[in-house]
Amino acid sequence: MSETLKVPTMAEYMAQGKSPEVLFWVGCAGSFDDRAKKITKAFARILNKANVDFAVLGAEESCTGDPAKRAGNEFLFQMQAVTNIEVLNGYDIKKIVTACPHCFNTLKNEYPSLGGNYDVVHHTQFLKSLLDDGRLTVEGGKFKGKRITFHDPCYLGRANGVYEAPRDLLRKLDVELVEMRKCKTNGLCCGAGGAQMFKEPEPGNKDVNIERTEQALEVKPDVIAAGCPFCNTMMTDGIKGKEKEDSIEVMDIAEMIASAEEL
Amino acid sequence: MQYIPNIVFIIALILGVGFFAKNVKKLLRNINLGRDIDRSDNKPARWKNMAKIALGQYKMVKRPVSGIIHVIVYLGFIIINIEVLEIIIDGIFGTHRIFSFLGGFYDFLIGTFEIFAALVFVGVVIFWIRRNVMNIKRFMAREMTSWPKLDANLILYFEMVLMGLFLTMNAADLQLQIQGADHYASTTGEIMGAFPISQYIAPLFEGMSTSSLVILERAAWWLHILGILVFLNYLYYSKHLHILLAFPNTWYAKLKPQGEFTNVEAVTKEVMLMMDPDADPFAAPPEDEAEGEPEKFGASDVMDLNWVQLMNSYSCTECGRCTSECPANQTGKLLSPRKIMMDTRDRLETVGKNIDANKGVFIPDGKQLLDDYITKEELWACTTCNACVEACPIGIDPLSIIMEMRRYMVMEESSAPTDLNNAMTNIENNGAPWPFNQMDRGNWISEN
Repeated sequence: MSETLKVPTMAEYMAQGKSPEVLFWVGCAGSFDDRAKKITKAFARILNKANVDFAVLGAEESCTGDPAKRAGNEFLFQMQAVTNIEVLNGYDIKKIVTACPHCFNTLKNEYPSLGGNYDVVHHTQFLKSLLDDGRLTVEGGKFKGKRITFHDPCYLGRANGVYEAPRDLLRKLDVELVEMRKCKTNGLCCGAGGAQMFKEPEPGNKDVNIERTEQALEVKPDVIAAGCPFCNTMMTDGIKGKEKEDSIEVMDIAEMIASAEEL
Repeated sequence: MQYIPNIVFIIALILGVGFFAKNVKKLLRNINLGRDIDRSDNKPARWKNMAKIALGQYKMVKRPVSGIIHVIVYLGFIIINIEVLEIIIDGIFGTHRIFSFLGGFYDFLIGTFEIFAALVFVGVVIFWIRRNVMNIKRFMAREMTSWPKLDANLILYFEMVLMGLFLTMNAADLQLQIQGADHYASTTGEIMGAFPISQYIAPLFEGMSTSSLVILERAAWWLHILGILVFLNYLYYSKHLHILLAFPNTWYAKLKPQGEFTNVEAVTKEVMLMMDPDADPFAAPPEDEAEGEPEKFGASDVMDLNWVQLMNSYSCTECGRCTSECPANQTGKLLSPRKIMMDTRDRLETVGKNIDANKGVFIPDGKQLLDDYITKEELWACTTCNACVEACPIGIDPLSIIMEMRRYMVMEESSAPTDLNNAMTNIENNGAPWPFNQMDRGNWISEN
């Protein structure tokens, strides 16, 4: 993995008078969180391999405002939104892809009424379309026949009804897809949503991520597939809490594809 | 003298329906205490929602055991109501089985009613066992003690008694027809109606005289119809209003993606003003702007919620499917979406009574929905995962109430937990919930 990533910024594109096919919205976790950065890089490597003409905002990107909004801080959310929309509209962005379901939901659903209208897709949907269009080929590789369970991120699944794109990708990897007791519309949250990621949980008898990890362990997976950097963190912590980190991996679907393709 | 029963019946009917109408008026007044919200868009989708979720019980059967029994009780309720129409006509005009001229079809109707009455009876008994014997977690929650528990059981007892009376009435009637009693038996001696269930009860009455049978039949008939009128009026005071409100509730439910939360318009106005380089910060407010207090952000009491949210609270039948799907509740936190709905209704009722007692004006009583009913600890435990919204069989949205109250806590009270305040300060200062420099956002590209 020593090859350099080709990740141009919008500013560079603008300077050349070009506009990319799609903007990759990296998000805060994808930019700063060490675990999530691996997902970001894996996704960028796939985009490079498929010769997707994409760009990032780099230092011009800022939090979508999702955690502020879910916490109840509508002012801060709208300030973030309006500022981001100014940047996005300034670059005349039409299509956005993001690996974070929270950014995805906010950009897709909550920006339009504030003046930001874009075609927003989650990275699993985008990867699916690359496969469908024949721009990317995926073979099982090291995951062939492995037991994989997919944890539905709330803001991808229930919030936006995207259940099949991530599963279709896993099927392409020739895995043995096993569903947890609670999946799809009934999926259980990892515990990070609603700005919970940034605070201590209220008193209770268990952490939500432990409950969810136990549900995942019931189906004895080799890998827990995720599609959200926050779910990834929560499930990884859960697996560590259960001392299963040696036998079970928590991986984003983009990482699985990149790894299967030895990118 | 012979008209006394008719007159008594008409008076009972007027009182029963009149008192109910009075409470419906109160119900509408209370719901309209909420803020306005426009949910009249996309009518075809709304009708479809209502047909699928309320009429079609689509979400009920996602839990097959309680779902299928509920469908039976629901169908029984609707179908047996056709019989109530006959009872009302008979009661007013002193006739007996006025629809019996329908002949074979009448037999089919009465037979169907009987079968449903028996099924409903069995279903309700199973419901009672589930609630009282089986230790099902969602019926054992901390908000399901005292009145809510009693309320649920009273409804079940009511239904058992009503079905029992209906079948007893038919059994006595059948026995009277067999004995050829005046007013009961047809002139041709043919049995009117089919009695697939009560034919097994009728033999119990075989030895009884015609006059005792008439008393029994009349008693069952009267208690059945009076019971229905009492039950109708019980609705307003109980969780059972869902049998009516489930329909408007699904019609007015949110159609947008569950993840899309409302953007507060008052905030948009302020933000746009702040972002407008031409805005004069010292300008006097425009003349036409309404005087008085600026709009309150979020909700601390029921009047700050919108009317759909208030209708939701009256529609909730406290089944607890929301709570049993809630990740916070499953892991022992205080939050229970069902309790959010129950508290909202309780508070709304208190506010309504306050208005009644004070000639149409609400006199502040030193209480509010936040803190006095719903605690901050409950509200902060929510992960906004929408599991409660998805689980509700009639489209109630507890999450929207939680969000409105969070908005109040953050924007009016600044009472968010410290960690959250730190995250929000970070977003404000450096565009991320963590204290990283925005200029470093692209660093991952060159890192290895």
